[in-house]
Amino acid sequence: MKIPTLLSLFAACFVAGSANIEENVGQFFSSGHTNNWAVLVCTSRFWFNYRHVANTLSVYRSVKRLGIPDSHIVLMLADDMACNHRNPKPATVFSHKNMELNVYGDDVEVDYRGYEVTVENFLRVLTGRLPPSTPRSKRLLSDDRSNILIYLTGHGGNGFLKFQDSEEISNVELADAFEQMWQKRRYNELLFIIDTCQGASMYERFYSPNLMALASSQVGEDSLSHQPDLAIGVHLMDRYTFYLLEFLEDIHPASKANMNDLFKVCPKSQCVSTPGHRTDLFLRDPGSVLITDFFGSVRKVEITTETISLTDPIKQVEEIAVHGEQEKETYSYVDQLPVSEIIHQKPKQKDWHPPDGFILGLWTLILLVFFKSYGAKHLKHIF
Amino acid sequence: MRYVHDLQLLVTLTHPKDDFQEELVIRPLQSGDVYASFQFRTLWETDFMKGNKVSHYRLFPKSLGQVISKFSVRELHISFTQGYWRTMQWGQPFMPSPPGAELWVWFQDSVTDVDGTWKELTNVLSGIFCASLNFIDSTNTVQPSASFKPLGIGNVTDHRFLRYATLPREIVCTENLTPWKKLLPCGSKAGLAVLMKSEKLFHSSFHSQAVHIRPVCQDSECTTTSWELRQTLNVVFDLHTSGQGKREWSLFKMFSRTLTEACPLASSSKIYIDITDNPQVSFLHNILSLKIQAVVLGDRRTFSVYDLTEANTFGSMRSLNLLIRWKSSEGDMLRPLLHAERYVAGYGLQTGEIHTLMYNYHPFRSFPILLLDSVPWYLRLYIHTLTVTSKGKDNKPSYIHYQPSKDRVRPHLLEMLVQLPPNSVTEVTVQFERALLKWTEYTPDPNHGFYVGSSVISALVPSMVAMDTNNTKERPLFSSFFPCKEESSYFVRIYTEPLLVNLPTPDFSMPYNVICLTCTVVAVGYGSLYNLLTRSFQIEEPNPRLAKRIANVIRRLRGVPPLA
Repeated sequence: MKIPTLLSLFAACFVAGSANIEENVGQFFSSGHTNNWAVLVCTSRFWFNYRHVANTLSVYRSVKRLGIPDSHIVLMLADDMACNHRNPKPATVFSHKNMELNVYGDDVEVDYRGYEVTVENFLRVLTGRLPPSTPRSKRLLSDDRSNILIYLTGHGGNGFLKFQDSEEISNVELADAFEQMWQKRRYNELLFIIDTCQGASMYERFYSPNLMALASSQVGEDSLSHQPDLAIGVHLMDRYTFYLLEFLEDIHPASKANMNDLFKVCPKSQCVSTPGHRTDLFLRDPGSVLITDFFGSVRKVEITTETISLTDPIKQVEEIAVHGEQEKETYSYVDQLPVSEIIHQKPKQKDWHPPDGFILGLWTLILLVFFKSYGAKHLKHIF
Repeated sequence: MRYVHDLQLLVTLTHPKDDFQEELVIRPLQSGDVYASFQFRTLWETDFMKGNKVSHYRLFPKSLGQVISKFSVRELHISFTQGYWRTMQWGQPFMPSPPGAELWVWFQDSVTDVDGTWKELTNVLSGIFCASLNFIDSTNTVQPSASFKPLGIGNVTDHRFLRYATLPREIVCTENLTPWKKLLPCGSKAGLAVLMKSEKLFHSSFHSQAVHIRPVCQDSECTTTSWELRQTLNVVFDLHTSGQGKREWSLFKMFSRTLTEACPLASSSKIYIDITDNPQVSFLHNILSLKIQAVVLGDRRTFSVYDLTEANTFGSMRSLNLLIRWKSSEGDMLRPLLHAERYVAGYGLQTGEIHTLMYNYHPFRSFPILLLDSVPWYLRLYIHTLTVTSKGKDNKPSYIHYQPSKDRVRPHLLEMLVQLPPNSVTEVTVQFERALLKWTEYTPDPNHGFYVGSSVISALVPSMVAMDTNNTKERPLFSSFFPCKEESSYFVRIYTEPLLVNLPTPDFSMPYNVICLTCTVVAVGYGSLYNLLTRSFQIEEPNPRLAKRIANVIRRLRGVPPLA
């Protein structure tokens, strides 16, 4: 059993070493995924949580820049900061002070916003159990060859993440949701990044294969925010995501940076908290996993040499309306406020009530029966 | 003869049946602000309804075409607005819209389950426009019985097929503008749409974007219909925040862009500047502009027209930047004839009163208005307290339609046809009681308050100037939205302010406090009782203190008896 595999390996090496293009092909198919998805969630409401929205939007921006299209990104923002009345510069969300970088941009599509960002909707998006009328842009239509990036940010604690100040998701629920995704073959590999206080507690309970997780702080530590902007009046970003954004700005779609570089982002000297990661459930070695496997959308192109002959273009068969023979119906615009028509409008069908005489008769019957059975002497108490 | 006939048929077949026009109207306002209104209209002669699967979309966006054919929509009007239109300072808008999101739809006669189709339609539209329109359900949908007649052509109006809903809390931001711009044939790459930069558009007092789909007449005989899609964007730039206090506006100052070309797919691309109040319009180079007069909103106004499809509009610089300067003293603003306000009166968290005031500023004419009020179920209206008074006297409406609410199922609907006497204020008051919601029904920020949608007032206002009733003549788009049936009056729709009411809100931190308090009381109360009952007392020699012990030691040394 071993010798044939060794021989085939040798043969493969020879073939691989022969041409450069073969090497690249080998690199292509080492990850095994064919499409990329991203689910980016900001769970905090209110103006003073501006930094959480800025966190999510900076990851959104990087992911879009590296190639994942809007149709493959599910962006959930729990509150609107850009057009908030307290924002001195409307339609902008800045990540660097002195308003250097507008991460909101001009081309942004938010799929879940405001009150729609709830634990139930988040879990439904992950597991795919959405009502049938949900539009495509709000669904995570991943399959078993999708690499998914999940980014959560907000306020959290030991074992939970707070959604919109009114509910929370626990690490057990999250782990179970990922297991459901695994069993329904909804992902090939999944990268989970969380930037909250005590974020490492959220990935402690994972048990499904092919999961890699990163967190901004360990249990018992708080994740801190980076810098305030005096004109806007709030903290703009959290430290971990700030340095993550700086790291991702250097990545381009053809970059060969791997996960070990990502684990080194924001050491304790810069972040004050200790970022953590978990790779024991991941089958491949993190050193061989490219950043663009999750953050970018590398399309695999297969070059073929066979020729395909195109057919002649299909002629549109126009339906020629038969004019003249048919009687033409003249249309007209409707009167916008037809006063006389409205006044004489038939009233709508009211709910049916029994006729008044019936009710009167019913009460008379009840009274008669009462006095018959209990005697007429009670009558004098009433009249 | 036959060959000529065939040739004619061939010509009509190859002639494109869709048409796209774009225009921008800039009107300087009396208060120093500037009102800019974009309108994009696509006309398409096609039939979505007769079962033909339309597959070749050219100028008409495919996403909306599929919505129309799948849900058998006859008319669709959706608007997203940020800010409130101040009628008394700015006059009447070309396209009125309430704050938040508003959606009203007329379905075709062939739809059997209107409510189910409505629910699916709102979900699909929430995906197209990136808005949370999926919150529209039976608790905020009403079926008006006399308002919102179809704006397109049609012979039958059965109000069973009409649905109306508003979401006053809906936020409008770049994420709504992005898909809206993608519906345009040229996108935001060419034509007037290059001016739409979100950083400037949302830094304004009023911003409203809307999509209107309706069937219209193709020609004056009106035997064939075509589908019209209008996308409108109305912005009012503030004198002080965007204008730095000067009544001097240019295209570059308003939009931070200049125009370089018209949309190649547009058959007409024009800019109209309202020069009735004599503002000075200047530009970088000499271009001739046409002056036209148009009757819009009951007033004859003069506009200066710049045609972008002509190459010489852009001159040698290949860009167009117009500068408008005007003084505040010139020109008298025509006071709008109809104005409405609404507010909540009362105190406390139990009862209140809604007051709606309608002002008729015409000196001698009275006219009827149709008031539509849709109040959520958690404000329980007491209709027996409804009063309508004008000039102190009772004014009985000629038509009242009231549908009571059902808790958690449907809202109140009140429609009244009221005749407003000339030069008067009409006040409609109704008392209500606030309901206590279940704890799961509160929003995550319940102390902000709960919104009540704007009232809608539809009226035929007498016009000072004869209106143009020929609906198919070539007219600027901004004057041809509401169909005009008679010359002496024009149709307006006014929206009041939305209301923000506080409902009695429980303190959501109470469960934690209750647990702490209960545990403390139980521990202290039960603990002490237990100790009292089970503790037994033993007499014990106290351990002598250190000083006493040392004293005892010294005493023992001395041979004297120790202390007690």
